Amino acid sequence: MLREKLQEVFNEPGCATNQAKSDKERKKGCSKALKPGAAAGGCAYDGAMIALQPIADAAHLVHGPIACLGNSWDNRGTKSSGSQLYRTGFTTDLSELDIIHGGEKKLYKAIKEVIQQYDPPAVFVYQTCVPAMIGDDIEAVCKFAAKKLGKPVIPVMAPGFVGSKNLGNKLAGETLLDHVIGTMEPEVTTPTDICIVGEYNLAGELWLVKPLLEEIGIRLLSCISGDARYHEVAQAHRARLTMVVCSQALVNIGRKMQERWGIPYFEGSFYGVSDMSDTLRTMARMLVERGADKALIDRAEGVIAREESRVWRRLAPYKPRFEGKRVLLFTGGVKSWSMVNALEGAGLTIVGTSTKKSTKEDKDRIKKMKGEEFHQWDDLKPRDIYKMLKDSQADILMSGGRSQFIALKAKVPWLDLNQERHTAFAGYDGIVNLCEEIDKTLSNPIWRQVRLPAPWEA
Amino acid sequence: MGNIQRFPHSAKAASTNPLKMSQPLGAALAFLGVDNCLPVFHGSQGCTAFGLVLLVRHFREAIPLQTTAMDQVSTILGGYDNLEQAIRTIHERNKPALIGVATTGVTETKGEDMAGQYRTFRQRNPALDGLKLVFANTPDFSGGFEDGFAAAVTGIVEEIVQPATATVKGQVNVLAGCHLTPGDVEELRDIIEGFGLTPIFLPDLSLSMAGRQPDDFKATSLGGVTVDRIAAMGASEATLVIGEHMRMAAAALELKTDVRTIVFDRLTGLEASDRFVRTLSELSGRPVPARLRRQRETLVDAMLDGHFFFSRKRIAVALEPDLLFAVTGFLADMGARVVAAVSPTQTAVLEKLRAETVMVGDHSDVETLARESDLIVSNSHGRMGAARIGVPLHRMGLPMFDRLGAGLKVCVGYRGTRELLFEIGNLFLSREMDHDDHSQEHGHACGGGSCGCSAD
Repeated sequence: MLREKLQEVFNEPGCATNQAKSDKERKKGCSKALKPGAAAGGCAYDGAMIALQPIADAAHLVHGPIACLGNSWDNRGTKSSGSQLYRTGFTTDLSELDIIHGGEKKLYKAIKEVIQQYDPPAVFVYQTCVPAMIGDDIEAVCKFAAKKLGKPVIPVMAPGFVGSKNLGNKLAGETLLDHVIGTMEPEVTTPTDICIVGEYNLAGELWLVKPLLEEIGIRLLSCISGDARYHEVAQAHRARLTMVVCSQALVNIGRKMQERWGIPYFEGSFYGVSDMSDTLRTMARMLVERGADKALIDRAEGVIAREESRVWRRLAPYKPRFEGKRVLLFTGGVKSWSMVNALEGAGLTIVGTSTKKSTKEDKDRIKKMKGEEFHQWDDLKPRDIYKMLKDSQADILMSGGRSQFIALKAKVPWLDLNQERHTAFAGYDGIVNLCEEIDKTLSNPIWRQVRLPAPWEA
Repeated sequence: MGNIQRFPHSAKAASTNPLKMSQPLGAALAFLGVDNCLPVFHGSQGCTAFGLVLLVRHFREAIPLQTTAMDQVSTILGGYDNLEQAIRTIHERNKPALIGVATTGVTETKGEDMAGQYRTFRQRNPALDGLKLVFANTPDFSGGFEDGFAAAVTGIVEEIVQPATATVKGQVNVLAGCHLTPGDVEELRDIIEGFGLTPIFLPDLSLSMAGRQPDDFKATSLGGVTVDRIAAMGASEATLVIGEHMRMAAAALELKTDVRTIVFDRLTGLEASDRFVRTLSELSGRPVPARLRRQRETLVDAMLDGHFFFSRKRIAVALEPDLLFAVTGFLADMGARVVAAVSPTQTAVLEKLRAETVMVGDHSDVETLARESDLIVSNSHGRMGAARIGVPLHRMGLPMFDRLGAGLKVCVGYRGTRELLFEIGNLFLSREMDHDDHSQEHGHACGGGSCGCSAD
């Protein structure tokens, strides 16, 4: 069954990269073969957990040996405005005997304990490699538990060894489509209800966007899954419009919601001034197309005009400070590129970027924006980045946590762009936050000091 | 303390807010204390990613850690090909002196024969004879962090240490358990060198994980004990074994080299430090250096000044077993009541603990047991539970991701004990001095006026 599911997610028609492939290529799937001894990144279970754990009032129970949860819980910065249950780590902590006898009974007992003690609206049960190997039928256990205990108990079938984090995101999306979305009805609906997919409220980013939506008159019926409550996700099918953030990971949710319930979707981004404005504009337009009051468009334009003038005004002081400062972007993907024009607008120079995770479309877009001579590296090794920084080819590295120490050990400023960061960069205010963070680190007085030779050096 | 409760039966099926970390992670840390080493997890890539993130968050350092990237097919058909490919790739790209391979739940459930795979690898790759390889069996589903660390150190001893015909005068081995921070190891080096002895630490995290500034980019450990020095351990006069969990490695070392072993179950506390110093003095035949004598005096003084604030304080401690033993022992020495000692795993050292309740459990057990206590000592994961029950948390152990300098905390020897005493004592002191703060917190009285107040 998992195999069929994998084929299905690999065959995503909503994915542009996939559309460009031949039939044969498509069948191979979109996860690249990992090279033993030279691989990096999380597993499918990790990806599934990233996508679902932000559902704050649900219990998230990991069925596996201690490594899967014990080494990883309490390490993500997704925020909740209410219930904190999602931050509690639950695991069956499978022991040797459990593996010999099978872990199904222990899993059932664990589900029962969690429900009795914490009374969550639902329990997500995560499959991992070891119980998958010994053949624990967690789907059956979940079904039985749901019936017996009277609560939704949802099996998340993404054991680590099936693939990458990205694949795990997709499988989490399938889980929601199979078991959650469409299982509850909202008390009221409005013509401006929307669902946002793929926004995890890291560092509270959603909260920089939500007030603007409210001001325009757009109601966030359901966010998958930042600051979400279980019932909100279950009601997502009553949205009038879906926005898919960070395109390719969860596009399957957007497409299938369109298939099943006729909800149109678009791909958008909250990062960068123009992308943010485009997103608000598209939301308003598409909602009006579906019958919402036409005034929505004017209100959106009003908010956009005000926020844009405000953001450029607030970015102006950074311009002289950023003069001549060169940024090396190392994240690839869509996110960083939607920030580029805002960064350049603030006076920074982007000297190059990695395009490992980017699609061909992304690359063409970059080429169009930046011209042919702009550096795009497909496979930039840590050693190469270190050398570039050491040779002062850039003044700051902006990347994910993985390359943090490449910059710091080269004694070059670094800024976190990925999920571990503590500052919100989404929306108009987020871009100002981002520039403030860049300015703070670039102008910090330590850089001169740490590069000084020691007293015993010439 | 009439009714000591040992190992209350826990029938829980769901471990909640786990204290336990897995064996391979402990093995990785041990390998990181060897110079120019690259640890590898033989498992799915997620096993490595999680372990890596945890260690990065704790040490705030780049962590070299690779994976054999097992997928479904290789898991079922056998992982040898992935293992061989991983080792060869790492060798080509990074040229490490040692590759330390730790198995995981994935490969152990399948039952990969690591000894057999070692032989096969050596037969098929004679060109790589110069590369040291240590394979450790570290299934995620049994034992924990400490066991994995011990397994890796034992593996290193068995693979690399050579017996010697002559001893090198003044050379001593130190098997440094995982309850020692890089800062602790540095402190022990200072103490031992003060006697004119030359220590070889295995592993030596003080040289790799204490914040190195390399001249060039390296994807392997940035320091640590070198393979050559490990090989030379057979020529030492004695082996100082720090922590009960190092006993297995100590036995392997003694069996191989005939170097006699001296075990120290803890180095935190006055008497524990005295014993260590006395041993070093005897080994070296030298008097105790003036610096250590002064340090002892200040520790005694700190105990006199500080005991007011420790007396009968109710403290819950949840740490890896040997650190748990060291800390609970120290607290009991200071007159505090250890109301609960929670360990992630079952080990022999727990039998020796001086605590009212000893149990194998998780952070949710701590939250229950510490409800009436004055302090919790645990890792950073304990902060949420401590906040819920309004008890202060003193952070020790791993992971400690919400404090700077986690790797450089020192709690061994006279000086380290004094630091620990001050840190914990100051928590009590500030609560007692700050009336407004503690009067609101569910009935904590201020200790019968030891701070001169009459609030209740």
